[in-house]
Amino acid sequence: MERRTIFGGWALPAAFVLPQLLLTIFFFIWPAGQAIYGSLTRQDAFGLKTQFIGLENFEDLLTDPLYVESMGRTVAFCVAVTLISMGVALLLAVFADREIKGRGIYRTLLIWPYAVAPAVAAILWILLLHPQIGMISHGLKALGIAWDYKINGTQAMIVVVLASAWKQVSYNFIFFLAGLQSIPRSVIEAARMDGARGWRRFRTILFPLLAPTTFFLLVVNLVYSAFDTFGTIQAMTQGGPGKSTETLVVKVYRDGVVNLDLGGSSAQSVVLMLGIVMLTVMQFRFLGKRDKT
Amino acid sequence: MNGRTDWTAHIVLGIGVALFVLPVWLVFSASTQDAAMIGRGELSFIPGAGLDIYWKVLSEGAPGVAPVWHLLLVSFGMAMSIAIGKITISVLSAYAIAFFRFPFRLLCFWMIFFTLMLPVEVRIIPTYAVMAGFGLINTFTGLTMPLIASATATLLFRQTFLAIPDELVEAARMDGAGPLRFLRDILLPVSAANIAALFVILFVYGWNQYLWPLLVATDSRLDTIVIGIVKMIGADTSVEWNRVMATAVLAMLPPVAVVVLMQHWFVKGLTEGDK
Amino acid sequence: MKRRTLLATTAAAATLPAAAFAQAKTKIVWWHAMGGALGEEVNRIAKEFNASQAEVEVDAVFKGTYPETLTGAIAAWRAGQAPHIVQMFEVGTGSMLAAGPAVKQVWQLSQETGIEFDPKAYLGGVRGYYSLPDGRLASLPFNSSTSVMWYNKDAFEKAGLDPEKPPATWNDVIAACRALKAKAATPVPMGSAWPIWIQFEQFAAMHDLVFATKANGFEGLDTELKVNAPAFVKQMQRLLDMSKEGLFKYAGRDNAADAIFPSGEAAIGFNSSAARAAVARDAKFRWGEALLPIDPEVNAKPLNSIIGGASLWTMTAPNRTPAEYKACAQFLKFIGRADNDAVWHQHTGYVPVTLAGYELSKKQGYYEKTPGADLPIMQLTRGEVTANSRGFRLGRMAELRNIFSEELEKALQGQQGAQASLDAVVTRGNRVLREFEKATKG
Repeated sequence: MERRTIFGGWALPAAFVLPQLLLTIFFFIWPAGQAIYGSLTRQDAFGLKTQFIGLENFEDLLTDPLYVESMGRTVAFCVAVTLISMGVALLLAVFADREIKGRGIYRTLLIWPYAVAPAVAAILWILLLHPQIGMISHGLKALGIAWDYKINGTQAMIVVVLASAWKQVSYNFIFFLAGLQSIPRSVIEAARMDGARGWRRFRTILFPLLAPTTFFLLVVNLVYSAFDTFGTIQAMTQGGPGKSTETLVVKVYRDGVVNLDLGGSSAQSVVLMLGIVMLTVMQFRFLGKRDKT
Repeated sequence: MNGRTDWTAHIVLGIGVALFVLPVWLVFSASTQDAAMIGRGELSFIPGAGLDIYWKVLSEGAPGVAPVWHLLLVSFGMAMSIAIGKITISVLSAYAIAFFRFPFRLLCFWMIFFTLMLPVEVRIIPTYAVMAGFGLINTFTGLTMPLIASATATLLFRQTFLAIPDELVEAARMDGAGPLRFLRDILLPVSAANIAALFVILFVYGWNQYLWPLLVATDSRLDTIVIGIVKMIGADTSVEWNRVMATAVLAMLPPVAVVVLMQHWFVKGLTEGDK
Repeated sequence: MKRRTLLATTAAAATLPAAAFAQAKTKIVWWHAMGGALGEEVNRIAKEFNASQAEVEVDAVFKGTYPETLTGAIAAWRAGQAPHIVQMFEVGTGSMLAAGPAVKQVWQLSQETGIEFDPKAYLGGVRGYYSLPDGRLASLPFNSSTSVMWYNKDAFEKAGLDPEKPPATWNDVIAACRALKAKAATPVPMGSAWPIWIQFEQFAAMHDLVFATKANGFEGLDTELKVNAPAFVKQMQRLLDMSKEGLFKYAGRDNAADAIFPSGEAAIGFNSSAARAAVARDAKFRWGEALLPIDPEVNAKPLNSIIGGASLWTMTAPNRTPAEYKACAQFLKFIGRADNDAVWHQHTGYVPVTLAGYELSKKQGYYEKTPGADLPIMQLTRGEVTANSRGFRLGRMAELRNIFSEELEKALQGQQGAQASLDAVVTRGNRVLREFEKATKG
């Protein structure tokens, strides 16, 4: 889409676009270039010796069983977080869309967690699940479950998934509710006339109409759980015990910042970039298609 | 519906609300209790000793961490700088791209668009190297600047601007409005709702940043409140849980207040803007 | 590289005015990782040094934990803004030695400034860690501790054990733990801070076991881990069995288990000897300090334990003047003085690093006043130092410790046995060592 009416001259627009452009170049394009260059080299921590080694870092990465494991773990983590947070949000949205008393209050009470920082969400869950002080963990221990996510990897994974999903529910809720509200009442009424009820009405009529929202959220949630959960994981488990909660972003941080393996971590950054480019392209191709229809 | 109360809806939504509110209530009540009691796991749902602890954390913080008022100040400064900075540069660049023709216009657009694909978490190590090159490590500028560039905001404003009817632009031109006056008198008022929505989103985004501040600011004077909390529980030796919880409550208040108070614009902006 | 130097120079130039104002005094910056009470001790040292002479002023800056200080120093050097002196933990020694032009080793500093440092003034176990194979000092020993076993005398009594006779061998430890458990004297019988450092690195040194070839890396970058040998498997199996039996509670990596002993949760707690101040302050019971237990079946004649802690490195930067390096040397000399060393030792619970500091403490009657305070020194100086008990000189050692912790944690969860987990440490660890070797040799 292009505008017909435009102003002339180029000095003013150039000045307007310049700050954005400079920031983009210095903080996006240059670092991205550096990451790609760095991924092809081997450097010592001090940057004294830099050798060009071609694709060796990538070779190392992809043959490293731990990296492959971490990839698998990240996928499992993202899928779990996405399913839980979207499922709960959809359920709440469907009921919040009904015409009941106090809808507005429910809505407010359900959207504020959007503002809670991932790292702070972690604190809330630590208070519930911490092996020594957690309220739920006392209950679990009373039931005879040996609850200690600082030692047990499976439990640690459950903990970070719950904390990450909890924080994302309200975002999804907002979108699902908006999606539901944009469905014409007449469609729903018509369905009711047809005698479609409850679950069937939802499955055959509402859910297909929500498909665009669902797809959009799917991508957003995958990106969220892959990247924005760093704060949650770092605050709760730092990737441990063992490596049981070390997702790809946690690994980039550990290898690059803590272990100072600069070549290796640059290669990991490049792999992540490819992943997110794929997700973005997917999203835009889909949105483009939708715009045409 | 038929005047009957929809109990199922109330129950489901009630459980949903409880799921969000109870943990926070627990944090609040923990903040008013004795650290040793929490440490032993004798946490109660009922708030205890009182609110003195808030005064305490605000003024003195915890060992190894700056006082919370200072953390709040840094977080507030950071969130505001990011929100205002992002909105300003995005409005300007979107204006330039939507209303002008100039050389390399499309190239500029695509370069900005490209940033969508590079969240901070991905470019963290090389960005750090660039900042170190500029000597911006451990500075407030270094803390905020790399987070200010944003494609989403530019795209959103471009979208809004493109939707402005041509007649309006023509009429303004007939009136003899130059590009600057047009921006001030027409575009800004028209996009006020979008700006408000974006402000909420960006304020929360800035406030909640974790990885970048952790990396770029090793000086405790630049610690944000989110970093401060994680540092407090990181010092595993003797975590003073009531302090941590009080700090957590204080960390939640500002962004939650912004979201709740500007709820209307926020929901509108979010659902209409992000797509 | 050119671009980097250019930027670095601009960055350095930006900091120039500050230096210019202090023309009269040479200003040097000291980064350290000592928080809390220890941080105050560090500030005291800087203040006393500044008061003791007129030419040099030291500014002590707290930079967070040890690993954070290491990362910070490296990043700062790359930006041309390295501090003059940085406190570096012992496991960072290998990385710093490979830092070439980024640091000025003590012997170089001595050569350039004419200020002498005598390696022989330092305790053997301390000196070995921070010097080159030929005996030249690379960095200046500062805060050194070793690990010991703390025990709860009240709990021992409750369990019918002799509170004046702490267990000396691992079999004694297990027996004591069983007694403690039977009488439920404390919630758990035994815990350990720094599990890898204490239960494996110290274990290897004291029992003269090869932890890594090439004298634990002292004699070459092509060193390889050997921790999957039977003696290590036995040690790990012991910990796993004890954990299963409920005798040992793993409470996390590094210093995560610091509180487990002083809080009274565990009756036997392994930790650094520098935990003395914290134990004295927090423990609400009678406590004792004892030598680390040994396993006579592995080696009946235990050697010295090794140190932990940190040393001081002098770093370089563009435009750094000879006067500044001289100031660094003067300050390091001041820290190494017997009276300063003795005060540091007595205030903090770290061991004295110089022989003279130790003698002075003896003369002042410190060990009569605080019985047990010289136990770590005795353990550090026991026997004749061998290639296996000199210390560690492995690259990226912090990462190696993390790998070790991860595999130990997996084993504690029952995902793998002791042998498999130590095999994994060797495989993964050697991979890191090879990477380091390649990157350093360049």
